[in-house]
Amino acid sequence: MTAVATTARPLHSQRPARALADVAVITGRNLRRLVRVPTLLAFATVQPVLFVLLFTYAFGGAVHVPGTARYIDYLLPGIFVLSIGFGASQTGVAIAEDLGTGMIDRFRSLPITGAAVLAGRVAADAIRNLFVVGLMTGVGAAVGFRFHAGPVAAAAAVALAVATGVAFSWLNLLLGLAVRDPESAGLAGIFPVVILFFTSSTLVPVATMPGWLQAFAKANPVTVIADALRALCLGGPATRPVLEATMWLAALLAITIPAAIGRYRHAITP
Amino acid sequence: MTDAAITTEGLTKRFGPVLALNGVDLELPAGGVLGLLGPNGAGKTTLVRILATLLRPDQGRARVAGFDVSKRPAEVRRRIGLSGQYAAVDPFLTGAENLIMIGRLYGLTRRKASHRAAELAAQLQLTEGAGRLVRTYSGGMRRRLDVAASLIAAPPVLFLDEPTTGLDPAGRLALWNVLAQLTAEGTSLLLTTQYIEEAERLAATIVIISSGQVIARGTPDELKAKAGGDRLDLQAAPGQDLRRLAASIAALGSRQPAVDEAAGRVVLPVADGAAILPDVVRRLTAAGLQVSALALRRPTLEEAFLALTGQAAGTLPPETSAASSVPADAPRPAGKKRSTS
Ligand SMILES: Nc1ncnc2c1ncn2[C@@H]1O[C@H](COP(=O)(O)OP(=O)(O)OP(=O)(O)O)[C@@H](O)[C@H]1O
Ligand SMILES: [Mg+2]
Repeated sequence: MTAVATTARPLHSQRPARALADVAVITGRNLRRLVRVPTLLAFATVQPVLFVLLFTYAFGGAVHVPGTARYIDYLLPGIFVLSIGFGASQTGVAIAEDLGTGMIDRFRSLPITGAAVLAGRVAADAIRNLFVVGLMTGVGAAVGFRFHAGPVAAAAAVALAVATGVAFSWLNLLLGLAVRDPESAGLAGIFPVVILFFTSSTLVPVATMPGWLQAFAKANPVTVIADALRALCLGGPATRPVLEATMWLAALLAITIPAAIGRYRHAITP
Repeated sequence: MTDAAITTEGLTKRFGPVLALNGVDLELPAGGVLGLLGPNGAGKTTLVRILATLLRPDQGRARVAGFDVSKRPAEVRRRIGLSGQYAAVDPFLTGAENLIMIGRLYGLTRRKASHRAAELAAQLQLTEGAGRLVRTYSGGMRRRLDVAASLIAAPPVLFLDEPTTGLDPAGRLALWNVLAQLTAEGTSLLLTTQYIEEAERLAATIVIISSGQVIARGTPDELKAKAGGDRLDLQAAPGQDLRRLAASIAALGSRQPAVDEAAGRVVLPVADGAAILPDVVRRLTAAGLQVSALALRRPTLEEAFLALTGQAAGTLPPETSAASSVPADAPRPAGKKRSTS
């Protein structure tokens, strides 16, 4: 074995630092694509801004949430989740496209782990989401949004929003690798977001919903995450909701990461 | 253990009802070049994908660069380069960015990767397009970029699946030169191709597969010898009926004669070479047929390929085959007297 190995000298040392470098290279690739595909960039930026403005002006006059001065203060944390959830469907589309074009075949023939390829996509998404949350906060501020619980809580809110994006990205990688077709992957990614969004506390407090929906809405992870974000943005007891949200995300990651990596290992261009 | 670059034993792969590979045994010594030929659907791409660790075989074993592809795929990947049948490059990166990305994923430093990328771009005539998004590339440019990506880290074992498909003659020549240089420096290469000339030019050993099985292997000369001896070229004189010409000599061949209407030529595979020439002349004379040139030669590799894979293009279709027209024309040269003008 060793005699053979010397005739065919390995190209790549397998240290943990290398894995990080691989993730960085893949991240760079995905960020470049984001910037260079005009429709992707528009999707990533215009849509969140529209969400903020549309929901504020369409619902703002009708909805009065007890305990919050302005509707935008109540709304914006939930809109973070919505925008990030919608944006993540692009990740399923992208990985399905990579499967179709043979990029995944190429990556799988290289001395890198599947985890690095997928994590590179997730990291690029996280950077995009950081930017998107900043953009939405800016637009929200222009129409009256303020952080009320201090800078530490505000930073924690941004971190939680980005962490939510990480979980959504892994979920969509799994979906994209499972359905394999870009169009189906896009639909598969948006469908759960739409369902969970309208049955959550994002737009209106759960207490205003009919009784049969309340039970579902309270357990809905989007409610849990939106409530945690709201607690961090608006003030009030935050520990419990943040803990619950973190547990939801950890559970989602514990399922989707191994499943997505497992799928990737056997993924092949059709 | 051997220091073979590739060995396979009884490699078998099934896709539903299709047996894509059916017990393939191969060996490529380190530093060798193996040309894999076979008709569409023969299993070439499937074999390459198994060797490149993308697919798992159902049965059999394969070792690449000393490691079992099923048991130690990570070790195999550290030693191979792959360019698949369809170019896999990122359309939204420039050519140079694609190459540098792949180079870095092989573990090259950014500097080394850029240096190699520029070098390969120059060798494969991609320098002009290196700074452009691949989305704007022509098909042949993409193809060359894809091959360049597989070469970027100079892996010791290289798999190229139809690397020159879609390339213009200059691009093909440039790639052949790069590959010849790499193999001269010790790279082991397995290449599939539909261009017989390419296999003959690059590969010392040729393996022909069909329906997932190896049907012939050897040097180009050995394969030519296996393809049923020599070929007799009969260039018909102007105005001669090629089918009558073919029919008149069919009985002398080891296989059916092939009629090339466009070239005005009949090609007859013959087993005993020069010994039959007098018979040929006698029959032509008896049938009153004229040829402007008569030549005995070794078969081309292309003819050998077609004969071995049973795809002998240009042979007479059954309804007009030489056999059925023989009785009408020239079966018994001594029987009918014809002018031999
Ligand atoms: N993923 C797959 N699913 C189902 N069948 C497949 C798959 N891949 C290959 N096949 C079948 O296996 C057989 C061998 O295919 P393969 O692509 O290996 O042929 P090939 O020799 O590369 O052909 P070509 O010269 O056309 O590229 C074909 O019958 C093909 O239809
Ligand atoms: Mg093929």
